[in-house]
Amino acid sequence: MCGIAGLIHRGKSSNVGSELQGMLQALKHRGEDSTGYALYGDTDGKNFIMRFKVGENVGEGSSSVMEDVSVYDERKKIVDETLAEMGAKVVKEERTLPYSLRYEIDYDTKDLLDFSQRIESIPGVEILSMGKSLEVIKDLGNAKMVCDRYSLDKVVGTHAIGHARMATESGVDIKSAHPFWGYPFSDVSVVHNGQLTNYWNNRRVLENKGMRFMSECDSELIAVYIAEKMRHGATLEEGMKESLTGLDGVFTYFVATKDSLGMAKDTMAAKPLVLYESDDLVAMGSEEIAIRSVLPQEIDTYDPFDGEVKVWQI
Amino acid sequence: MANLKTVSKKSKAQSMGMHTEVLTGRTQQKFFNPDEAENFYYFGTYDVDFNKRTELDVKDMTAPEANKEIDNLMSQGYGTIVIKNPQGKHSLGVGILNKLNLIFEGSLGYFGMGSCDGPIVRINGRVGWSCAENLMAGKVVIEKNAGSCFGAAIRGGDLICKGSVGARTGIDMKGGTIIIGGDAGAFTGFMMQRGRIIILGDVGINLGDSMYDGTIFVGGEIGSYGSDAVDSELTSNDQDWLKRKLKVAEIGENFDVSKMKKIVAGKKLWNYDNLEPTEKKGAI
Repeated sequence: MCGIAGLIHRGKSSNVGSELQGMLQALKHRGEDSTGYALYGDTDGKNFIMRFKVGENVGEGSSSVMEDVSVYDERKKIVDETLAEMGAKVVKEERTLPYSLRYEIDYDTKDLLDFSQRIESIPGVEILSMGKSLEVIKDLGNAKMVCDRYSLDKVVGTHAIGHARMATESGVDIKSAHPFWGYPFSDVSVVHNGQLTNYWNNRRVLENKGMRFMSECDSELIAVYIAEKMRHGATLEEGMKESLTGLDGVFTYFVATKDSLGMAKDTMAAKPLVLYESDDLVAMGSEEIAIRSVLPQEIDTYDPFDGEVKVWQI
Repeated sequence: MANLKTVSKKSKAQSMGMHTEVLTGRTQQKFFNPDEAENFYYFGTYDVDFNKRTELDVKDMTAPEANKEIDNLMSQGYGTIVIKNPQGKHSLGVGILNKLNLIFEGSLGYFGMGSCDGPIVRINGRVGWSCAENLMAGKVVIEKNAGSCFGAAIRGGDLICKGSVGARTGIDMKGGTIIIGGDAGAFTGFMMQRGRIIILGDVGINLGDSMYDGTIFVGGEIGSYGSDAVDSELTSNDQDWLKRKLKVAEIGENFDVSKMKKIVAGKKLWNYDNLEPTEKKGAI
């Protein structure tokens, strides 16, 4: 199953961490193997924020292999050395959990491809997100557990997307959890509900074009597919519209960038989505109860139609 | 085409393309004897008084708790129940096998009013997926929009959405009438086997895909026809029926039904010879 939720405040900021937690927790019956947040927080926009992991959560229910915690420190040390070699200065460092880190980096580049490739060439290291506003936080457990673990309830920002996952196509681990970063684009993230049936064909084509995949989760394909389209000049909306024919299967997915949020629904309309739209807020989720967690009053909502793509700006 | 008032029931139904089969099945002959009407009893039904009215706030209730309380109120003879604060909860109002006036002051989530037989329901809000699935009889009116699979597998009754609906409306329906005031999504009438769907607005792709029987009326544009769905002549009988149905549904008062398109199954894909349960009840 899986559940997705997203919201965008237009013209103001809000406590998006807490709001998304409420929406995803309302969807926990759709899956609580893992939960992920892509939060677009208020920042000064000067530094990159890199969320990355140096290992997996090997707690109850995990499909990952236990590692000695000491390897996490070794990997972190290599990351630090690599960043220094590239001239990237770590301004602030947080280590929420032994395997999960957040760096604020002073680094002047518009091309994150080389940067990302060098960091991820370190075995066991994966960048979860890179951007000047975006932070992807994902881990095992339901929305509240992940929110509490990473203290997300106080995050203030303009928009956010998230995912409550029931693992079906790949393992119960962080690397297969959503959201996926739109590697190598700054501030692009994707969540998806559905199944893609031409995953391997598309993956082979995209890998031949130099794109990278970190998991075997079919949803990752959407992030890479959209990113590849944008890399060749397409707008977010154009890339999403192309995906309706380029991707085969059943899907509803959200894509977020630094200043926008979009949704796409496949031509079979086989996956649910309920949408609320007003002048100052758009909220959407797999079920209306997700929207009700932030808008308990009576509101007008609707289901987008088959093959529909919509994009909103902050 | 003959006027509705002057033709027999059988030819009326046949002339409107509702069903043409000859009902000779063993089930009908063996199990449904009109003399046994007094033994036809539904478990869980009550004698209710429509003038006895109450309100129920379900804000802090789970769906099972709310449904159990509705049942409890019916057992006390309440025939009009107003539900406050449904707040998009799933599976509210399911399994009501009673005559009942039920009013929801707000929106329902998935599977609202599923498997019902008899109630008159008004939902002053929106409904999620699979509203009124398996409805046997009664009337359900939704004032706003509805999600996908609206009226899936209904066998009787009237299901009315004044707004727009998602995909697969009337999927697998076996009787009854679905009326949509706005637009409908893809695969409307997918595998429908009987009954009628009326859409005043536009409809998406693959309309009536793999339909066995039944009729779809569309007032707006059609995205595309599904396999086995074909146009048919809109007769005067059809127009009479459409006018009457829209009037009863309090929808499309000034709608010009003469311009509607009528879509039916292009092939005979069915082979039924048994009465549906609602027809059996009617026979009794």
